[in-house]
Amino acid sequence: MSTRLSRGGRLIDRSATCRFTFNGRSMTGHPGDTLASALLANDQLLVGRSFKYHRARGLVASGAEEPNGLVNMGSGGRFEPNQRVTTTELFEGLEAASQNHWPSLEFDVGVVNNAVARFLPAGFYYKTFMFPRPFWKHVFEPVIRQSAGLGKAPKDRDADRYEHAYAFCDLLVAGGGVAGLQAALIAGRAGARVILLEQAAHWGGRAPVDGDVIDGKPAGQWVDEALQALAKMENVTTRARCMVAGVYDHGYVLAEEKIADHTPGDGRPKKRLWRIRAGRILAATGALERPLSFAGNDVPGVMLAGAMRDYVVNHAISPGDRTVVVTNNDDAYRTAIALKEAGLEIACVIDARAIVSGALPAKARAMGIRVEAGRAVVKVKGGKRVTGVAMGLQAGEGAVLEEIACDAVAMSGGWSPVVHLWSHCGGKLIWDEAQAHFRPDATRPPTNQDGAPMVHAAGAANGALRGDAALADGARVGLEAAQALGLTPTAASPTAEVPEEAAMEAVWIMPQGAGPQLRMKMWLDFQNDVKVSDVQLAAREGYESVEHTKRYTTLGMATDQGKLSNINGLAVLAKSLNAGIPQVGTTTFRPPYTPVTFGALAGESRGEIFQPLRRTPMHGWHEAQGAYMEPVGLWRRPYCYPRGNESHEAAVRREVLNTRNGVGLLDASTLGKIIVKGPDAGRFLDMLYTNVMSSLPVGKCRYGLMCNEQGFLSDDGVVARIDEDTWLCHTTSGGADRIHAWMEDWLQCEWWDWQVYTANVTEQYAQVAVVGPKARLVLEKLGGMDVSKETLPFMQWADGTLGGFPVRIYRISFSGELSYEIAVPASHGAAFWEACVAAGAEFGAMPYGTEALHVLRAEKGFIMIGDETDGTVIPQDLNLGWAISKKKADYLGKRGQERTYLASPDRWKLAGFETLDGSVIPDGAYILAPGFNANAQRNTQGRVTSTYFSPTLGRGICMGLIRGGLDRIGEEVEFNTTSGGTVKARVVDPVFYDKDGEKQNV
Amino acid sequence: MLILECPYCGVKAEETELSPGYEAHLKRYGPGSSDEEFEAYMFARKNPKGVHFERWRHVYGCGKWFLAARDTATLEVFGTYPAQSKEPPADLVAKIKARRPAWEGYK
Ligand SMILES: [Zn+2]
Repeated sequence: MSTRLSRGGRLIDRSATCRFTFNGRSMTGHPGDTLASALLANDQLLVGRSFKYHRARGLVASGAEEPNGLVNMGSGGRFEPNQRVTTTELFEGLEAASQNHWPSLEFDVGVVNNAVARFLPAGFYYKTFMFPRPFWKHVFEPVIRQSAGLGKAPKDRDADRYEHAYAFCDLLVAGGGVAGLQAALIAGRAGARVILLEQAAHWGGRAPVDGDVIDGKPAGQWVDEALQALAKMENVTTRARCMVAGVYDHGYVLAEEKIADHTPGDGRPKKRLWRIRAGRILAATGALERPLSFAGNDVPGVMLAGAMRDYVVNHAISPGDRTVVVTNNDDAYRTAIALKEAGLEIACVIDARAIVSGALPAKARAMGIRVEAGRAVVKVKGGKRVTGVAMGLQAGEGAVLEEIACDAVAMSGGWSPVVHLWSHCGGKLIWDEAQAHFRPDATRPPTNQDGAPMVHAAGAANGALRGDAALADGARVGLEAAQALGLTPTAASPTAEVPEEAAMEAVWIMPQGAGPQLRMKMWLDFQNDVKVSDVQLAAREGYESVEHTKRYTTLGMATDQGKLSNINGLAVLAKSLNAGIPQVGTTTFRPPYTPVTFGALAGESRGEIFQPLRRTPMHGWHEAQGAYMEPVGLWRRPYCYPRGNESHEAAVRREVLNTRNGVGLLDASTLGKIIVKGPDAGRFLDMLYTNVMSSLPVGKCRYGLMCNEQGFLSDDGVVARIDEDTWLCHTTSGGADRIHAWMEDWLQCEWWDWQVYTANVTEQYAQVAVVGPKARLVLEKLGGMDVSKETLPFMQWADGTLGGFPVRIYRISFSGELSYEIAVPASHGAAFWEACVAAGAEFGAMPYGTEALHVLRAEKGFIMIGDETDGTVIPQDLNLGWAISKKKADYLGKRGQERTYLASPDRWKLAGFETLDGSVIPDGAYILAPGFNANAQRNTQGRVTSTYFSPTLGRGICMGLIRGGLDRIGEEVEFNTTSGGTVKARVVDPVFYDKDGEKQNV
Repeated sequence: MLILECPYCGVKAEETELSPGYEAHLKRYGPGSSDEEFEAYMFARKNPKGVHFERWRHVYGCGKWFLAARDTATLEVFGTYPAQSKEPPADLVAKIKARRPAWEGYK
């Protein structure tokens, strides 16, 4: 069993106790524990179930690479799935529960998958569950959903807050081990602005655990002194608990800092996302130990040797009473020695190498530890817990020489540099044959905007694994980086005393000649259940690319993203393909290094300040009236103004009828308003609009269409000629910014010699539409201008003073009614609106919202950009040929519209539709055509673009596109409905109301 | 996230301040052009791995469009220049040729 030792533990504070629960069971630990070490102290080795076979899973690692120890943490608003126990600091009251098991961790139904494992080989997702088709929905999916999946999605709103912080530096050092510290010291002393980030809560990396001696001092003391020296430099910032997640273009770095993760509810943000722009990046991110592939290497109790050493030295954890160490290198002997020094028994060190000669093995032997050279673990015995190992010859096929009882196994297959940050922006790797790993190729670094190297790798991340080498490399690369920044740093040469190590020997399968039975039990990816046999099968089935094999087998696709499995997996693949490892290559490393919480990415952008809101000057009035608001781009506009318990539907009907029969008021301030001015403004607008705007007389208005270069309709609106060289272009509410940018694009990039100036004045003016037969009465009541038919006829505008307000009145109509759109400076908007409401009271004026606006325009057959258009519709499709100039030699979209297929009689064109039964056709419905297409889908001949209940006509009305358009008037067609049925409708003129357009001219 | 220096206001702008405008130095083909010319203008875009000329707008800055030459693979930026240019400036072309001897020119 695993327990807490009575002595030692360099990181824990035994004077204090933290209570926590795991699966409801109360446990205790100490400050300084990780959740992983605290669980081990309570003999809770079993932490989860694997994804596919639901095999029992124990802790394998002690850091970010841990594949098994993922738990649901907390409850309510602080519930979080998939929290890694090895990187979670223990705190008082922590609640954790294991995941991926059903019904319980100890007894799990999904483990039957294990019994049928030979039916669930590589690619099983693609091979199985395909047929018969109905089985997927009714059998496979429900079972898989019940028994698989990692963690649960939180149900409650996140109780915590998160923030973003921005920083700039000359040198960003990722990793606070001895290499990173040494590099930061050199660059900092040279005057560089340095940011040094360490993902863990403590500094120093492996050196203090491994007992290195630096400059004659214990590594821990050297680390403390380095930190003190850095703290004195104003140009250096250090942060622990801050994980560099990714390196992006031109020195952009994202890092996630844990702030209140371990002190929940203390008022501080839970996490902070750092957005850093760095001149250079120095990756001193260390190395990760590789598992060895022997049968049963996934049984709980089998752990990485370095992790076991961490737990013993840092947290005084005994992983078991009797441990077997299995290795292909000298470093793992440090674990054997540390365990022995802690008073624990080492049953044996099984070393795959035929000759074991280093200083560390010698020391182990001198301590009385049994060392077996040229041997292999043939298999691990035990189910939920290791009970022993069977030992054989590494060079053999698996014949058992001896069975050794033990309750823990420490394994080491060598170390792989953490090359993620080097690789994120394209840094290349080279294969280091001696250390059997990929490491950064300094001759092919990722580059910056100036073409110079952007990332420097140092220390173990650069392949300098041993403590002394890492320190020296940190000094060398720190100097190099500071010089690259144009500084004149002073070299440092700290010396570290570490034992000499003999060469490691690559071991990809243990024993080397293991047969299929053993290979089926050799795990590569512990979380996703990918075994040596799966990768070999993929190779036999023709998968040669490492990227394809990854996706086919799911190797490295678990939440640890292949941190443990990557090299072992591709070594097996390479061997199966009879290729070299460098030829097979590695999969791509992509950010983030470890998962980043969504909350941290969102930062403050949630709730009220999720995005900027645009409010018209009348916004407050609408809200005070209880208007139901809807988003229109970043604007919020009233959809309708319900009265009392009135439904939205009833409110819209009332608003439509009141506008048709009396007078309605619309806040039209969001309408786009762009001033186009200059000697060439008319010429420019003639290029922009499909019709002629240069000929528009001063004082008049004209409706116009804008198309993109393909000829498709892009925006529409009324243009007013203000004076000889000034036009005001109204755009759609959603189109103002886009159209202004479109104008600038052509003016700056194509016709830059034309003298035209544009200004988007959308927000400078509030606009009120006074609409309906009694509209004139309201304006007359306000008083100050002659708004008679004679003085201000339809499609003219006039400046003046109305009710004391400076106004510009446009007589334009989007409803077919007598209508005045009145613009006032935005600062007058709210007061003017209230004046209109007051003046209109005696005429029964009511405000109306966007839905009534849409119904009113649809009753008139007016198109709406985004409803009748979708980027594939030309004006001619909408019967708007009258708004296209035949005389102009050119306008944007003219050439596009000349493409022959746009003249096809088969194009879907605009028409109106009325159901025979008066009902409303569902939004999105299609007009059915006889027969089925090649995909067994019903043929169609058109679709709905706008569909409403018309209060004016008391029936459903619909605009839509149909093959043949208006030529089809009088025909009966069928639309599909949401219930799966159909509804019959007659093709009609899309102008449903006041066909002659007389009402707007009164 | 790229950094491009706006040739108008001199700001070293982050990508979030910019909006992309795709390939630079396109020739517009309007009415009277052949189907092939129009198709090339509308749809045939270069997608080189290497030196590329692009349009960018300093949209959350001075609002000006400008042109940039950069390497799409290494993200090295060779330079930026005003949108009111018929072709890349000679000194920029010389600089690119020096950095990328195998480059075949912007056309
Ligand atoms: Zn600028």
